[in-house]
This record gives sequence, structure tokens and C-alpha cells, in this order.
Amino acid sequence: MGILEGKRILVAGVTLDTSIGFATARVAQEEGATVLISNFGRALNITKRIASRLPQTPPVLELDVTDDEHLAGLADQVKEHVDGLDGVVHSIAYGNPKTILGGKFLEGPWPDVAQAVQVSAYSLASLTNACMPLMQPGGSIVGMTFDASVAWPGYDWMGFAKGALESCNRYLARDLGPRGIRCNLVSAGALNTLAAKAIPGFEMFEEEWLKRAPLGWDLDDLEPTARSVVGLLSDFFPKTTGEIVHVDGGYHAMGA
Amino acid sequence: MASTEEIRSGLADIVNEVAGIPADEVQLDKSFIDDLDVDSLSMVEVVVAAEETFGVKIPDDEVKNLKTVGDAVAFIESNQAA
Ligand SMILES: NC(=O)c1ccc[n+]([C@@H]2O[C@H](COP(=O)([O-])OP(=O)(O)OC[C@H]3O[C@@H](n4cnc5c(N)ncnc54)[C@H](O)[C@@H]3O)[C@@H](O)[C@H]2O)c1
Repeated sequence: MGILEGKRILVAGVTLDTSIGFATARVAQEEGATVLISNFGRALNITKRIASRLPQTPPVLELDVTDDEHLAGLADQVKEHVDGLDGVVHSIAYGNPKTILGGKFLEGPWPDVAQAVQVSAYSLASLTNACMPLMQPGGSIVGMTFDASVAWPGYDWMGFAKGALESCNRYLARDLGPRGIRCNLVSAGALNTLAAKAIPGFEMFEEEWLKRAPLGWDLDDLEPTARSVVGLLSDFFPKTTGEIVHVDGGYHAMGA
Repeated sequence: MASTEEIRSGLADIVNEVAGIPADEVQLDKSFIDDLDVDSLSMVEVVVAAEETFGVKIPDDEVKNLKTVGDAVAFIESNQAA
């Protein structure tokens, strides 16, 4: 029996089979969960094609986290397939690579920064809120961060948005705790996904990570990250909330 | 195994479905970006659909080398399961 047996999980933010969300959906299915996946805009068509590469083809929902109508209609969309949710995975981020990533931090224009914060951080709260009517005690929310306690080359305002996400995680833990619902983040090491490749200078992380991570690191292996997300969705972290679990080969704990 | 022309016409149908470009414009010498106006997100979808249709794996790092329809057809042709 898998650790998510009988659980109903929504994974928001799946585009390709290289998406962290895809690997998470796969491991969740392997662990017995019923999975729904979502995406937005034109990328939704790619998700619909990719869905059939999962062990069981999941329903694909349309959800743009900046669209209030989508958020308001999400619970009904979910209910067409399952009668509630035990877990929600937020695997969503966006920052305009031309204006706010890649070393132009000082000039980053506010509308683009605001978009990055809305899509990548505020949406953890709005997605959670949209899913609340579907959730019960024992439920679990998991989001994805990239260590925001330090500054990274090129990551710029996306790092700022991740700082906001990490704070959002703590406030959600506070407000969901009394309902018996946990909220945590996985802080993953650098991975070769569509989003990551859009970050100017991302290649430089590869060498760094391989050098520093005591457990080693493979930028093409999504499995360690996906398994850890599934761990947090399961009943095996019953008193863990507001936490950031590093799944980075140990990189964050090393000084050099 | 599909012939060069079968692959071209299969790919043309995909490009038509994804990006709305008339299938008969999708000829071997055409560049996806410059001639056919296929942007990067549509290109990703074309690749995913082509993988399903032709049973090939087109690695991310290969995609940037597929500048023309002919490049893509040649890649699919030489990587098809025998
Ligand atoms: N790849 C890495 O190195 C890495 C490391 C740590 C954390 N992360 C985080 O993991 C998460 C998933 O990213 P990924 O690397 O799998 O890339 P990805 O591009 O596969 O996933 C990002 C997803 O966000 C979706 N998205 C963007 N804007 C949206 C909107 N307005 N509404 C709904 N969905 C929207 C995209 O369609 C896509 O599916 C992100 O939060 C990312 O910051 C990635």
C-alpha cells in the first residue's frame, strides 16, 4: 500500500514531463493517490497531451492563478472528478526573464515585479483559499521554493518573489493550523525544467551544485524532489507546518 | 516506418493543429520561427505532439537545432523505432 492511498491530490503547474509537478503527480499516483493536474493559458494544450504520459491519465483543469473567476470556479471544477481534496501542490512561478531576471535587478520595473509576486507567491494563498471548501483536517498544502535566504546570480526579482512565498507559507501555517491543515514548502536544488532554462545564466548553477552538495545532485532527476513533496502530502509529517524542507543534496548547509 | 513525405505531412498536420498554419505551407525548407511564425511555446507543443505521433523522443537540447521543417523531419526519420 502506498503512502497516499485513498488521497485526492491537485497538482497545479504541470506543463511538460520535465515539470516538477509532473514528477510529483507520477509519484503520487504510484503511492496510491487520485491525481488532478492543472495549468493555464496556451500551455494548457501541452498539459493535455502530456497527461497521457502519467501512469493513469488524470483530469486536466484550467487554472490561471491570476484569474479570479478561475479561482472562484475551481472547487466546482474539482468536484466534477472527486468530492474533496486531501492535498494541493503549488508548483507555479513566473517572472519575465527579459525585465526582472538575469542581472538587471536595480532597474526591475514594478508591473513585472508585481506580476512575479502575484503568480509566484500571492497565488499560494489564493489557491489555498480556493481549495478550502474541499479540504478537511489532515489536509496538506505543499509549495515549491528556491532558497530565498540568500541572493543568487541572475535570479533577481524571482528570488524576491520566493522570499514572499516563504513568508506566505508561514502565515498560511498559522491560519490553517486550527483547521488541522498543514502548509509547507520544498526548497529544491537547481533542476533542468522549462522555467529554469528561461533564467538567464542558469547553467552556472549546475557546476556549483555538483561541487558543493555533499549527497551529490543531478539536475535532470526530479525524483528526489517529487518524493519529498509526496512525503509532505502524506500522513508521515503530521506535526510539521510552516516548514521549508531542503531537497538540494545538502547544498544549503555548506559554506563552500 | 514512415517515409520522408509521410513524416512531413504528419508534421504539417500537427503544425496546423497547434499554430493554425495551413498545412501546405509546412514545407521542408521553411523555418519554424522565421517563415511559419511558430513561437517557442507552440514549438514545445509541436514537439510533444510529434513525439506521440511518431514514437520518438526529441530531447530538449535537440529542439534548438530543429530550425527548419526539414531538420525536424530528418531528426524524426533517423530516430524512428525500426
Ligand atoms: N527548476 C528549478 O530549478 C526549481 C528549483 C526550486 C524550485 N522551483 C520551483 O518549482 C516550481 C515549478 O517549476 P518547474 O521548475 O517545474 O517549471 P515548469 O515551467 O515546468 O512549471 C511552472 C508552472 O507554472 C505554471 N504557471 C505559470 N504562470 C501561471 C499562472 N498564471 N497560472 C497558473 N499556472 C502558471 C506554468 O504553466 C508551469 O506549468 C516553481 O515554483 C519553481 O520556482 C524550481
